[in-house]
Amino acid sequence: MDLKFKSLLDSGKFVVTAEVAPPKGIELEQMNHHIELLKGKVDALNVTDHQSSVMRFPSLGGCLAIKEGGGEAILQMTCRDRNQIALQSDLLFAYSRGIRNVLCLTGDAMPVGDHPQARGVFEMDSVQLLHCINRLEEGYDMGGNELKGEVSFCKGAIVTPEADPLEPQLSKFEKKVEAGVEFIQTQAIYDLDNFAAFMEHARQFSVKIIAGIVLLTSAKMARYMNNNVPGIFVPQHLIDELADAPKGTALQKGIEIAGRMIATLHNDALCDGVHIMAINKEEVVPDILEAAGLQS
Amino acid sequence: MKSITRLKPYAEIMQQLEDCNRVFIVGCGTCATVVQTGGVEQVEAMKEQLQDSGMLVTGWTVIPTACDEMTSASTAEHESAIQSANGILVMACALGVQRLNLYTGKRVLPALDTLFMGLEESPGYFVEACDQCGECILGYTAGICPVTACHKGLLNGPCGGTNKGKCEVDQEKDCAFTLIYQKLRDLGRPDLMKHYHPPKNAQACPRPKVKILEAKETEQWI
Repeated sequence: MDLKFKSLLDSGKFVVTAEVAPPKGIELEQMNHHIELLKGKVDALNVTDHQSSVMRFPSLGGCLAIKEGGGEAILQMTCRDRNQIALQSDLLFAYSRGIRNVLCLTGDAMPVGDHPQARGVFEMDSVQLLHCINRLEEGYDMGGNELKGEVSFCKGAIVTPEADPLEPQLSKFEKKVEAGVEFIQTQAIYDLDNFAAFMEHARQFSVKIIAGIVLLTSAKMARYMNNNVPGIFVPQHLIDELADAPKGTALQKGIEIAGRMIATLHNDALCDGVHIMAINKEEVVPDILEAAGLQS
Repeated sequence: MKSITRLKPYAEIMQQLEDCNRVFIVGCGTCATVVQTGGVEQVEAMKEQLQDSGMLVTGWTVIPTACDEMTSASTAEHESAIQSANGILVMACALGVQRLNLYTGKRVLPALDTLFMGLEESPGYFVEACDQCGECILGYTAGICPVTACHKGLLNGPCGGTNKGKCEVDQEKDCAFTLIYQKLRDLGRPDLMKHYHPPKNAQACPRPKVKILEAKETEQWI
């Protein structure tokens, strides 16, 4: 079976993933442009699944575009919008079209998005979705019925190393490990000391940890994330660095910071790879890689 | 356990009463009285408001517990006022509305929206306590129900939205899994956080939900 990303993880390579976001509607040009730009520069590309509970073109559609363009796709799959039958069916379809990597997510809450009146399904959570995939791989659906043909996925999930309190988050992480998760893409990390402490815990388990890097584009953005985004902590020295950047160069500074962090994570072998989230600034991902001294 | 209700907007109540001009009002002396949505005070206020809107109120009553079988006796007491009405406006939860519907033979209209089944944790503070899922896991979660206390009803731990022990959806509300973790730790069983819960059986008690007492089961009580 063609498990390209899994082979890379197993090889011990420091992997690089990035993400693209599908549009609101069917104007796919920008997403396709980002896919074209990045597919050869990273090891795999995530496609977000109605992130922040905002209805968009589907992750599956973006993943097919990546696959058709010869790239490696990571299907993000949340449990917010689909029941067991719909999730399993989408997994079968994804597999039939060559998609082998699945990031299992619970999904954001419905009220934070643009359909606050809609029902959040959450019949399963991320841990249960991992178990569900195991079952499909064993040849059975969740009803216990036999499947025709075999599937095999490379299963991913997420962890928030800066969660407060951390212990419940680590318990859930261990449940994901028990469920056979193969790679973890973390929520954005900025404090490398805190991250190193998390890695010390995570290293007990045989799972590849891919550190989440969200590009900072201004001091304002950094402060906003500290105040409003759960599980994100940007240390003051990074905020100062952005604030002190000459006018019009904050983005450049953000690229430099991201590149520097990635270089440290790579050179000190702190983790197994990085996942770059350059929200709305996907064009600069190659610049970040260059700043990190990484050629994929 | 209390059935927690909220008064419907008056315009919606009037819309339901569109083809009624003679109304009998029923309140409830139990939950709706405690929640202050269908006690004597609220029923009297509704009566005045309807009269100001030109309705004829044929009578009113506050039934001790609108959802129980004694309701038939209460309605019998008001038989003539009920029969002379062409709409029964019920200021009780949906259980009371449906109980009234068994006895009156009239159009029964809810004045309240039923929000949840809850506990009064402290005076005036009501919290949803049970979703009646049919597969109770409180034994693993330190007596705190994640189905109702977690916005997403997750079973296996917090989502990424948990923020300093609060829920992403509402900073005033606690994250269920922070509460569960703290209580389990205090009980000396933090290991239970690692217990895997498979998805719930959504058909544990399929709708329409009915339980019929078997003869033996009844005998055990006697």
